[in-house]
Amino acid sequence: MSSYNLTHLAQLEHEAIFVLREVAAQFERPALLFSGGKDSIVMARLAQKAFAPARVPFPLVHVDTGHNFAETIEYRDWFAAEIGARLVVRYVEDSIKAGRCLEEKGLNPSRNGLQTVTLLDTIEEFKFDACLGGARRDEEKARAKERFFSHRDEFGQWDPKNQRPELWNLFNGRKNQGEHFRVFPLSNWTEMDVWQYIAREGLRIPSIYFSHARRVVNRNGVLLAESPYITLLEGETYEERIVRYRTVGDSTCTGAVESPAATLGEVIQEVASARVTERGTRADDKRSESAMEDRKKAGYF
Amino acid sequence: MSAPAAPAHVHTDEHYLSMDLLRFTTAGSVDDGKSTLIGRLLYDSKAIFEDTLENLERVTEQRGEENLNLALLTDGLRAEREQGITIDVAYRYFATPRRKFIIADTPGHIQYTRNMVTGASTANLAIILIDARKGVIEQTCRHSFIASLLGIPHVVVAVNKMDLVDFSEVRFNEIVAQYSEFASRLSIPDIKFIPISALHGDNVVEKSVRTPWYQGGALLYTLETVYIGSDLNHIDPRFSVQTVIRPNNDAHHDFRGFAGRVAGGVFKPGDEIISLPSGLPAVIKSIHGPEGELAEAFAPMSVVMTLDREIDSSRGDLFAKAHNQPAVTQDVEAMVCWFSPAKLNPSGKYILRHATRETKCAVKAVRYKVDINTLRKQTEDVAIGMNDIGRVFLRTAVPLMTDPYKRNRTTGSFILIDEFTNATVGAGMILWPEPSERPAAAQFADMGGL
Ligand SMILES: Nc1nc2c(ncn2[C@@H]2O[C@H](COP(=O)(O)OP(=O)(O)O)[C@@H](O)[C@H]2O)c(=O)[nH]1
Ligand SMILES: [Mg+2]
Repeated sequence: MSSYNLTHLAQLEHEAIFVLREVAAQFERPALLFSGGKDSIVMARLAQKAFAPARVPFPLVHVDTGHNFAETIEYRDWFAAEIGARLVVRYVEDSIKAGRCLEEKGLNPSRNGLQTVTLLDTIEEFKFDACLGGARRDEEKARAKERFFSHRDEFGQWDPKNQRPELWNLFNGRKNQGEHFRVFPLSNWTEMDVWQYIAREGLRIPSIYFSHARRVVNRNGVLLAESPYITLLEGETYEERIVRYRTVGDSTCTGAVESPAATLGEVIQEVASARVTERGTRADDKRSESAMEDRKKAGYF
Repeated sequence: MSAPAAPAHVHTDEHYLSMDLLRFTTAGSVDDGKSTLIGRLLYDSKAIFEDTLENLERVTEQRGEENLNLALLTDGLRAEREQGITIDVAYRYFATPRRKFIIADTPGHIQYTRNMVTGASTANLAIILIDARKGVIEQTCRHSFIASLLGIPHVVVAVNKMDLVDFSEVRFNEIVAQYSEFASRLSIPDIKFIPISALHGDNVVEKSVRTPWYQGGALLYTLETVYIGSDLNHIDPRFSVQTVIRPNNDAHHDFRGFAGRVAGGVFKPGDEIISLPSGLPAVIKSIHGPEGELAEAFAPMSVVMTLDREIDSSRGDLFAKAHNQPAVTQDVEAMVCWFSPAKLNPSGKYILRHATRETKCAVKAVRYKVDINTLRKQTEDVAIGMNDIGRVFLRTAVPLMTDPYKRNRTTGSFILIDEFTNATVGAGMILWPEPSERPAAAQFADMGGL
């Protein structure tokens, strides 16, 4: 009997593949939200495996804030072509021009919140009924409460106090007209699991995850990359540091960490000894104690 | 036992890739210390990051509390922090050199029983907390009954707040006796008792010097070493088809693969299977897992099987073997736990989701409701309301391929969905067939077990 054991990483892999196949089976028009970040890369890889030797049966969708790192965008296009998936890109810029939302004012106006508008419009445009996201429960305390199959009402909103109980591996994807689901196959993965999986699979990832020289400004402990969208305050200057990113998001709110880790092995060592959560580098979560919960209720990823 | 090394020392790739996984849940009444205990486990096993901790210190201070409020680690929703209670299941993760853990922290309030059931449904182990001053109370019984009903194989009874009873051996033994008496009516194969103080850390990660009379290991040691290798069914071959994969491209012209997750037993290329409910036989040609072709597949692997012939089979069908088949039936006898504020309609229709199959069902009878304090069957008042547990008889529109829940947690479970709201309103655990048809060993499991 003892031979019928799976390691924890294999168990997570089999679970995620099961969830991806449930999405293909239960929904008519699913989409995979693909940012070019490590979590969405792992999720897309799992989707490839789930349906092989057939192609991934849904498009990759990216909501581009226009403030993304060039390396990530490059990677995104390469990756979609590599796995032969259809790529849909929609721009926050277009939502702003169309008057659907307003650019934030201030010192580092973030388009992170505005993504919600563009995302919901994209869901409407394509009538997507399920959006696969790479979010993990270990990332943030509101996420720790979320289901694999997370229901969204007709306004795209999440109701954390009224979630459907989720038992065994029975996922209830039933919904009414106009509602949709967000589905998170990596719910039970940790940051470490994601890195180990990238190493095991030999996946290519965007170069900003590895150590490089970059001009940054230190704002409230967050190292923000030089960019035309940031206004320097009195006394602030850009200086060159050796950094890498632990998460990739909008460049105006995702901070770099100082790091010499230049290889996957070194990154894994660093993650293992890290004493700060990866979202600790995100200025968007620092805005308030329930910033994430509030954004998620409104329809954020 | 020694404290776990800091994660930095353990995550060499080779080691990391060979760790196994334990899923556990916590249960106990409000204020028994569940959240504090989890916070303590995370804190002492160094799974809490500095920024989380600083944040915790800041929030604790803002709230005017003295000790670091470890409960705030799991109470992530705004309403939970405001009310100082846990509303919804929170999932937490940590690892020691031996194992990786997924914790479902569930609320103790009676109105949130559905979340306890949710957390318990996938758990290998439940920690049931008891306040040493209060002993076994109604909620302890309720939670233990749910743990038993949901087939959790291992239970650790953590007698908490031992600091408030002077680490008294006598008090501990009283509670052990009290609980054992109650639990003899349940079917939990493995029960362990540990005296702890979640607040001060006694016997949580390290053995406490304040309980010299206690011979067993600390809680974390128990979590790391409990044997879970035989928790899954590797005897009865069961595979529910999730979706059929047809690439329709030149390279894989004739490929037709059945994708799904093994729910029990072992499948190998060359094995003859039968597809149910049709009963059509076929031979497995190949099995494909995430890392390539496999010589065998077992639970809980997600695989794709190809067969030696074309058979009409699709989502919702189940592969078994001719000599070992589940019941193929439209009649379902089950224990149901109810989640909805609207009572179970004793002649109503619901949508039933079982394995990969979804069908309509009609409630034909409510046999009894369980009084979870006495574990007695109530046959007079059988109105099943929110958080009630009862035995029902259902008739489905299409046949299901079922096993008793005690035999297989996947083919033995289902959920009920309201046709109009689409809400998940109930969870069901399928019972053994009538006594005459069941194996002798299972006979006693009927009520105490379910
Ligand atoms: N003295 C003492 N107090 C404890 C212990 N464990 C928890 N508490 C306190 O009991 C209260 C309730 O704890 P909490 O973890 O929120 O309980 P939960 O409702 O079960 O999650 C808090 O004030 C804790 O500080 C313990 O071992 N000893
Ligand atoms: Mg609590």
